[in-house]
Amino acid sequence: MAFEPVLTPFVGEPNAHTLDFYIQRARGYEGLRKALTMQPNDLIEQVKASGLRGRGGAGFPTGLKWQFVDKKAEPRYIACNADESEPGTFKDHVLMERNPHLLIEGCAISCYAIGAKVAYIYIRGEFYHVQQVLEAEIEKAYKAGFLGKNILGSGFDCDVYVHRGAGAYEAGEETALIESLEGKRAQPRIKPPFPAVAGLYQKPTAVNNVETLCNVPLIVLNGAEWFAALGPEKNGGPKLYCISGQVKRPGVYEASMHTTLRELIYGETFAQGMAGGKKFKAIIPGGSSVPLLLDEHLDAPASFDGVQKAGSLLGSAGLIVLDETVCMVWLAMNLLHFYRHESCGKCTPCREGGNWLYQLLQRVEAGEGRMKDIDLLFGVANNIVGKTLCAFGDAAATPVLTTLKLFRHEFEAHVKEGRCTLPSEWRAKHPVMAH
Amino acid sequence: MSFHPQMEYAPARFHRSERKLADEGQPFAYTPENQAKFDENVTHYPPEQRKSAILYALYLAQGQLGYLTGNAMRFVAQQIGCSTADVEDVVSYYTMFYRKPVGKRVLNVCRTLSCALLGAERVTEELSRTLGIKPGETTADGEFTLIEVECLGACDRAPVVMVNDDWHERLAPEQVSKFIDDLKARGSAVFTGCHLKKE
Repeated sequence: MAFEPVLTPFVGEPNAHTLDFYIQRARGYEGLRKALTMQPNDLIEQVKASGLRGRGGAGFPTGLKWQFVDKKAEPRYIACNADESEPGTFKDHVLMERNPHLLIEGCAISCYAIGAKVAYIYIRGEFYHVQQVLEAEIEKAYKAGFLGKNILGSGFDCDVYVHRGAGAYEAGEETALIESLEGKRAQPRIKPPFPAVAGLYQKPTAVNNVETLCNVPLIVLNGAEWFAALGPEKNGGPKLYCISGQVKRPGVYEASMHTTLRELIYGETFAQGMAGGKKFKAIIPGGSSVPLLLDEHLDAPASFDGVQKAGSLLGSAGLIVLDETVCMVWLAMNLLHFYRHESCGKCTPCREGGNWLYQLLQRVEAGEGRMKDIDLLFGVANNIVGKTLCAFGDAAATPVLTTLKLFRHEFEAHVKEGRCTLPSEWRAKHPVMAH
Repeated sequence: MSFHPQMEYAPARFHRSERKLADEGQPFAYTPENQAKFDENVTHYPPEQRKSAILYALYLAQGQLGYLTGNAMRFVAQQIGCSTADVEDVVSYYTMFYRKPVGKRVLNVCRTLSCALLGAERVTEELSRTLGIKPGETTADGEFTLIEVECLGACDRAPVVMVNDDWHERLAPEQVSKFIDDLKARGSAVFTGCHLKKE
C-alpha cells in the first residue's frame, strides 16, 4: 500500500496555511471537537495506544509523558518545542509555516488532555517569518472560537502564545527551554524533578516537539490503530524526514518508518540520489548529534528502532548525506565549531572539552597534528560522554568518536602527510584559524 | 563573561577588572507603540512571572536602537522588575542581541555542516572580499555587518543567509558580488525570502 502524506498533504498549495483551507480540505478542528467530548484520561490512553513517540529526538512515548504529568498541582502547562536548531533538521519549519493550524489544534487537544490552560510555543529567534505566519493564524483561531474561553461551548479554556527565543541551540533541551521561557539563560536543570512534576514556574509541564503535537489531532480523528498501522511495530505514524547535503533534491519528505535509508537517498519521490555524479561516502541519519552510517547500513528502515539497530539514532530525522569529497576531519571540526559555540557553559566537561576537541581537530586538519593527538581526541571525547547534565555533552563528543571509529585512517593520513588529504573546492580557500 | 565565543571567549585574556562595560548610550525609553506592545506581551504570562517577557522586551529595545546600550538594559530591568545584572546575564547569553552598534543590514551566513557542504565557507570569503570586512566587522559606511552563525534550520536551501529578519536562500559563492550590488541598488526586494512562502 502506497503511503499517503497526512501531516503535509497540502504544503505545496498556495493557501494551505489558512484557516478556511484547513477546515474545508483537511477536516480542520474536527479532532478538537471530538477530543472535547472525551474524558482527558481516555485521550491520554488513546495516545498511549497509538504508540506515538516524541519526534524531537529522544523518541520517548508521548502518552507516557502526559501520564506522568502531575494532575494534582495547578496550573499545568504545555510547552511546544519549536526551537528547531539541530543541524540538518528543518521539518518543524515546514509544519509551522505551511500547516500551522494542525499545530494549534494539537496544542489545544494536548492542553485538554493534561488539564492545562496555556500552551507556549517556543520558537527559535531566527524563524521570525514563521512566527509571523503562526501568530496571524493563532489570531484567526481565536476569532473562530477554537482558542480562548469556552472553546466550542465545552467550557474548556485554552490560550496559545508564541514565545520567541534569541539564538541558542541549547534552548531545544526541555529543561533549558523552560529556563528560557522563564526569562533566564537557556541552561539545563538537574533531573529529577522532571518537567512533568516541576517544569515551567515549577509547575507540571509537558514539553513536546512540534511534529509530535501535529500528530495528536490525527490520532484523535482516525484512531490509535490507524496511526500504529502506518508504520512498523512501535514506530507507528507518519514521519517527516529532512534530507540535506550533497543530494540532487534536498527537502522535507513525509513517509512511513518502513522506508529504508537507501530509498530516502535514492528514491525518485525522495532525494533522487547523489548530486554531481559523486559517490556516496556516509550519512548522518538523525541530525548532527548522532553517529555516522555507511553504505552497508542503508538498507535499515529509517525508524527509531531500525536506525538504532544499525548503530546510530534516528534523532530528529535530519539526514545529512555526504559524498566522497568530504574530509572527515574537516567534518568533525565543522561540527565541533558548532558545539563549542553552542555549549551553554554550565557543565565543565562540555564547555571546556568541546573547546579542546575543536582546537585539536583544527591542528590535525591544518596538518600540524601529532599521532598522539588522535588518542588525545579519543580521550577528551570520552571524558565528556555521560558526564554532563543534558545530552548536549554526548552530542558534542559524537562527531569525534564516530569519525575516529569509522575513518581513523583519514586522521592518520593528515598527520603523516602534514596536510589535509581531501581538500575540496567547496571549502574555504583561506581557512581562518579561530581561537 | 559569557562562555559564548562570540562574546569574546577568552577568559584567560580578560580579567574581570578589565571587562568593558556596555556602552551607556543616550537615556532610553520605549516609543508609545513599543510600550503598548510590551504591556500586551507581559499579559501572556502569569502576573508574578514578568521576567518571561524579557526576550521580547529586549527585542523591542534593540529594534528601536539597533543594539542594546547600558541605558536600554537598565530600562528593560525597570520594566520587568528585575536587576540590571539579570538583564545583562540574558543579553550576554543569546546570540541575537548586539551590545555594539551593527550595520543597517546584518548578513548572517550559516556556517554549519549542510550549508558548508554546499559552499557556505566560500560565500563568507566572497562576502568578506566584496565588502572588505572580516566576519564580525561592520563596513565603514555602517551599511553591512558580516557574521558567521550556526545552523539556521533551512538546510535544504543551502547556503542560507539571514539578513536582519529576512532570508536569502541558495546563495552560491559566484553570485555574491552581484547579490551585494543588487542589495545596494534595490534593497530588501532582492531577497528570495523563505521558499515555503511561495509554494
